[in-house]
Amino acid sequence: MLSRKLIILMKKSHMLAIGVIAVAIVIIISTAGDASTYVNFDQAYRLASNGSSTQVHVVGELPKDAAGNIQGLENSEDKLSFSFTLIDDNNKEQKVYYNEPMPPDFTKSEKVVVIGLYESDRFIAKKILLKCPSKYNEQKLNATI
Amino acid sequence: MHYLIGNLGHLSVITAFVSALLSSFAYWKATTLAEIEKKTSWLENGRFAFYVHVTSVLAVVACLFVIIYSHYFEYHYAYSHSSLHLPAQYMLSCFWEGQEGSFLLWMFWHAVIGIVLIKTQKTWEAPTMVVFTLVQAFLGSMILGVVIPVIDLKLGSSPFILLRDAMDDPIFKIQPDFIPKDGNGLNALLQNYWMVIHPPTLFLGFALTLPPFAFCIAGLWQKRYVEWVKPALPWSLLGGGILGLGILMGGIWAYETLNFGGYWNWDPVENAVYVPWLILIASIHTMITYKNSGTALKSSIILVIAVFVLLLYSTFLARSGILGDASVHSFTDLGLSGQLLIYLLFFMLVAIALAIVRWKEIPSSEKEVSTYSREFWIFLGAVTLCLMGFQVLLPTSIPVYNKIISMFGGTSNLAPPADQVGFYSKFQLWFGVAVAFISGTGQFFWWKKIDKEKLKAELLTPILITLLIFALIIAVAKVYNIPYLILTLAGVYLIVSNLKVLFALVKLNPKLSGGAVAHIGIGMMLIGVMFSAGYSRVVSLNQNGMLILKDAPTEFNRDNLLLFINEPRSMAGYDIEYRGERLEPRHKSGYINKNDVELTFDPFKVIATKDIVFQTKQLYKAKDTIEIYPENTFYEIELRKEGKLAATLFPRVQINPAMGGFIASPDIRRKMTSDLYTHVSLPMSREEEPEWGKPDEVKVRANEEFFINSKYSAALEEVTRIEEIEGIKIEGEDVAVQATIKVQGEHEAYYAKPIFLIKGKTQVGRLPDEINDLGIRITLLNIVPETNEFLLGINARQKDWVVVKALEKPYINILWLGTFVLMIGFGMAMVRRFKDYSANQD
Repeated sequence: MLSRKLIILMKKSHMLAIGVIAVAIVIIISTAGDASTYVNFDQAYRLASNGSSTQVHVVGELPKDAAGNIQGLENSEDKLSFSFTLIDDNNKEQKVYYNEPMPPDFTKSEKVVVIGLYESDRFIAKKILLKCPSKYNEQKLNATI
Repeated sequence: MHYLIGNLGHLSVITAFVSALLSSFAYWKATTLAEIEKKTSWLENGRFAFYVHVTSVLAVVACLFVIIYSHYFEYHYAYSHSSLHLPAQYMLSCFWEGQEGSFLLWMFWHAVIGIVLIKTQKTWEAPTMVVFTLVQAFLGSMILGVVIPVIDLKLGSSPFILLRDAMDDPIFKIQPDFIPKDGNGLNALLQNYWMVIHPPTLFLGFALTLPPFAFCIAGLWQKRYVEWVKPALPWSLLGGGILGLGILMGGIWAYETLNFGGYWNWDPVENAVYVPWLILIASIHTMITYKNSGTALKSSIILVIAVFVLLLYSTFLARSGILGDASVHSFTDLGLSGQLLIYLLFFMLVAIALAIVRWKEIPSSEKEVSTYSREFWIFLGAVTLCLMGFQVLLPTSIPVYNKIISMFGGTSNLAPPADQVGFYSKFQLWFGVAVAFISGTGQFFWWKKIDKEKLKAELLTPILITLLIFALIIAVAKVYNIPYLILTLAGVYLIVSNLKVLFALVKLNPKLSGGAVAHIGIGMMLIGVMFSAGYSRVVSLNQNGMLILKDAPTEFNRDNLLLFINEPRSMAGYDIEYRGERLEPRHKSGYINKNDVELTFDPFKVIATKDIVFQTKQLYKAKDTIEIYPENTFYEIELRKEGKLAATLFPRVQINPAMGGFIASPDIRRKMTSDLYTHVSLPMSREEEPEWGKPDEVKVRANEEFFINSKYSAALEEVTRIEEIEGIKIEGEDVAVQATIKVQGEHEAYYAKPIFLIKGKTQVGRLPDEINDLGIRITLLNIVPETNEFLLGINARQKDWVVVKALEKPYINILWLGTFVLMIGFGMAMVRRFKDYSANQD
């Protein structure tokens, strides 16, 4: 009975405010819960070997030779999937597998973000984000000269 | 080198920037001075400066367009966004592909709207134009491209920068006047008509959020706390419609061009414009509430400011490079993040400070709102929309939190949710349900006075009708998933309740029915989204148990169909048949069979080898030179139902060796109740030489029927002596004969013309001929004059093939139709509010 009285005493606007705050808290908690993390390959490996099946983000650089060609890039025969080497912030080299065709512009990228997880000893990317060179870093003209 | 046009453009940018500042100052004076005479003269100054500004903005646009259109590749903008072969309509897309051009587009719309305000507003002109011109100055600074000498600060990135200044290529040291022959070209995915109209629409939507903000700020500043709502509301309605349309156009582009099979991906950059739109809709509702009942003025002020600030925030997110590790939309970072941040903070802080200073003076109604009032429900809806936006904004901003934490020396490794679509959908679905129930119910309070008993009576019929339609939908469409069921119910309820209001209003005053129409549109969109996203299914299931590719992932082998040319398969109740590779001519609509043309040295041109007919229309005559797009190949796929042709699809593949892969775009068979969405998931590679089987030898006489591969009926029609081979004359004792062999394929007869050549009586040469569609090659091996027989060698290879994936998107038309209805609703409401305002303006 007391609680009923309390509700009646409260103004509707206050109830609305409480409702809003409650929903906002739920949103914040769930966002924190569902958020992924940026990690390096060692951390990603540890997470996966501890049984975690959540996907993580790894930021890394594509190794390039003097001519600017990406090293360690392997297209599967049917071009349906490909693998490449990625060097993370700790300078760890890791082969990354991607079960989709190579995204356009991949070879132009320098840094990429891979979103995925370790499956046994292989890092399987579910998604790749490309970071293209910025306007003032792109210093070479194309072949149509 | 064309220096003049670039210098002219750069000069115009500077003029635009300076005149915006001057205009701002003059309008400021006109607002703050008390004497009427001085006020008027400053007002005229402000107006003059603004017209100078508008003229300069137009001049900048014109210069940039001339550079792109005339292919001045000495300019970085033309070089990196355009190319010689780019069709004219996509030159427009080049214009706004770069960040500078899109800033320019935004400024252009502000300039247009500014003129409208000057022409239509009397007392509001000066204070609102202060806000307008300040925004223009900030935008202008983004494309200034000037270095401030003493502090060595670079302001803005100019679109008129020369290639040699932007790039460090060694060629410029040897030859400073070097101009590349061709540009880099426009990203192939952007060569689509939606990309011609989506950016201008979106930026018009962006620009339309400025007038309400300007009126609101002017109202706070001039202490006209109440009056600003009336002129601001029609602009908000127009903005809500246009911005919504612009966002959806982006979705349609993705649906038609990208092959992820959907129209919305919950990418941070998409979210960044979705949130301001939601808040804009919320602000429209609170403004309407205020106009009707005098409540929610303070909420309206907060929301109108929030819309504009969120839009600046979204610009900051999308263009500063901060989303680099989080978004698939790769934006070239122009190094403007500092400037963008100042732009955002300036308007945010000024607006908040102004609101705080004036807060106590803003009138507010203290009366408690009844649960049985329209205001209560509208307000509840607005709150829900805000929470809906908050839920998207919070995770989208994760990169910003990381940045802030690292600025204070901390580290944060939080990343946005990995499964964006799943994460956002599970929340937004329930918000959608809540919005539908709230706005559906809110409609019953249209005629303010209503109590519990009356409400029950009002609700009864609509609820019954809703349940009836709902039951019908479930029965027909077989929806069993609980969240989807509830979403459908909510959508139907929203439509039914608004239809009830609509019917009542049509009798009473149809002009007022814009809101009801818009809500019906939303209801339809919810149902359309639910079906097309929730019940999208793969129909190209591989049912013959054979693996397409051994080493491909299981999903690939399960969800894709391998089609050999001219061999029908069955799929989703259709007979599906691949008919071959096609090219698209540049200047005519239709498709050309690759077998009917020969290549030239210019990859953009081919020559017809016979008359080219597309769907009974003759496109070209034999020997015509046809301009084509070499990177695009279309795969003709026929769908037949009970032997009758139902549709011909042409999904596209762009092969770009430089980019190391292929880009597939779908073709969509649209029906009333569903879309059949088909794209190529693996094209046959033409780079490698095919593997030919062992030759089969047959000895035939003229016109004698024989079979190739024991399935194609063939006959040697004639053997004639020829005088030249591919333009080379046969001279002296050399003899060449050409056999014409007719082979009846599945759909048409093909002719193979192998050549047999005797050189200097002893040497023999054989030129085989290939029938591409049948995968056979015929060689004239020998001629036996004694018996009048000819010896033919026939090799076979694997026939041409393509692997396709097809999805069925049920009832997606309800989504598009709903969008259309929503836009009509916005339009009706806007017209009404504009008329309402201009009728009452003193």
